[in-house]
Amino acid sequence: MNAVKRFLGLVWILLGPVIIGVLVNSAYLNIDPAGKSDINKPIPWIIVIAIFTPIAIGFVIFGWYAWKGEYDGEIKT
Amino acid sequence: MQSTKGIWKVITASSVGTLIEWYDFYIFGSLSTIISQKFFPASNPTAALLSTLATFAAGFIVRPFGALVFGRLGDIIGRKYTFLLTLVLMGGSTFLIGCVPGYASIGGWAPFLVLLLRLLQGLALGGEYGGAATYVAEHAPANRRGFYTSWIQTTATLGLFLSLIVILSIRRIVGVEEFSSGNGWRYPFLLSIVLVIVSIFIRLKMKESPVFAKLKTEGKTSVNPLKESFGKRENFKMVLMALFGATMGQGVIWYTGQFYAQNFILTKCFVEYEQANTIILIALVFITPFFIVFGSLSDRWGRKNIMMLGMLLGVLLYRPIFEQLHRVSDPSLKVLKSSQSSATEKKHQPGTNADFVLVSLKTDIFEDGSVYTETTKQKLSASGEKQTPEVVKEMRLGETGRWKMISLISVMVLFVTMVYGPVAAFLVEMFPTRIRYTSMSLPYHIGNGVFGGLVPFIATLITTLPGTNYLSGLWYPIIVAGLCLIIGGLYLSNKIDKNVID
Repeated sequence: MNAVKRFLGLVWILLGPVIIGVLVNSAYLNIDPAGKSDINKPIPWIIVIAIFTPIAIGFVIFGWYAWKGEYDGEIKT
Repeated sequence: MQSTKGIWKVITASSVGTLIEWYDFYIFGSLSTIISQKFFPASNPTAALLSTLATFAAGFIVRPFGALVFGRLGDIIGRKYTFLLTLVLMGGSTFLIGCVPGYASIGGWAPFLVLLLRLLQGLALGGEYGGAATYVAEHAPANRRGFYTSWIQTTATLGLFLSLIVILSIRRIVGVEEFSSGNGWRYPFLLSIVLVIVSIFIRLKMKESPVFAKLKTEGKTSVNPLKESFGKRENFKMVLMALFGATMGQGVIWYTGQFYAQNFILTKCFVEYEQANTIILIALVFITPFFIVFGSLSDRWGRKNIMMLGMLLGVLLYRPIFEQLHRVSDPSLKVLKSSQSSATEKKHQPGTNADFVLVSLKTDIFEDGSVYTETTKQKLSASGEKQTPEVVKEMRLGETGRWKMISLISVMVLFVTMVYGPVAAFLVEMFPTRIRYTSMSLPYHIGNGVFGGLVPFIATLITTLPGTNYLSGLWYPIIVAGLCLIIGGLYLSNKIDKNVID
């Protein structure tokens, strides 16, 4: 089980930047001055990307901890 | 083991205040269409910008920020005074929103003031929950902590329930016209001050949490809870695990089961406004006791198992349930009993750029008692040029359809109770007393405010992709809950930490 936890740590490390990449790409494709929906406005995207960037960094750190075996064994909750 | 003497006073004082905070936060959301008309006219670009900020910044930025600000205070000066402060801030802001004159009276000040007050609401909400959950948990006996803290967990749903009841009642008393176009919408905001004063009175009589009071007497409270919570590896890794292994999935399950479902039956199933809200209300009444049931069961079965089961059921059943919701209200699947059509032509409509407006009304009555109306407004210029018609669809379900919808929504709220009932005890047990308020508040509000609050935005985003349909938006909560299920299932322990005095 510990090996799975550690291996998945690598997946979480990779997933963090992918999430931000997807969001930035979606913002680029959807921001449209002619559009009326929230997804066409820049402000929601700025807020979403600004708040998701530290979360994605947190996810990478979580993956790093998992990879280094910080979550091996039974974690006290 | 702590005694249960006075525990119900503690639960009442904490729950009533938290319930009122949720009520305050929800009425703004429920009345957002009216508030937009009064304060944020789309014709003014600055007001429209402030409107977007009010929608997004309050939940996504200010709530987690409130968790940090008030979490830190709660770990330094104590739980009691901090969650008293959040209550005053929330109640005051809500009351003042009801007092702000509209854009027509004071121009640009109106949207600015409402935005400011909405941000204060978000800040207060961010600080409230951690305090209430910690306060109750630190009074509760170890073997019943899930049960006692689950009362706090009912407040988010009961706050929604209360807000819907108040809005629907005032709408009926003052009339739809006065409510939407006059000052009727202000009453739910003004009413908040009465509720808050009662709650402050109750909370003032309470004593500080015994666990925190002991820590303070011994001089062992944290000097810098933020640094200890997020700067120390041992604790920070638990904050990350709480977020990605529990609250992230809990947030999307909670939001989808209550709010996305409500929005779906209004905008995709076209269920009539009052009936849609009544359906949600009845489902909430039926299922709210299950917060206590699952909170209590988590004392025996463990917090993790129940929360993960709720996420698993959401992942597996959201699409079939939402598909059924759509089928229940789909007129093309019903047996037609009778149909009526009428058309009227109106000239020179004020406020429109059309010379004529052709209004046609089609009413279908079905065998199961459902009534479907479709109103089409076609604007025409004198030269005969047609503009894009405006179509308003409305379905009033018959008894069978109504109860089917109540059952389907109830099942989804049941998933909410599974993930949400045990989460307060789970978070409290995860962190040490000296930094508990700070450490548990942040993952909770990122999970609920950010991951949960983003459900409508990301769902809309998904539906812009080619080949998507009305169910495609559900992929966001399904994927997030699925990811959380994998992380929680693999990394979290189901063992209960009985000792919260650490």
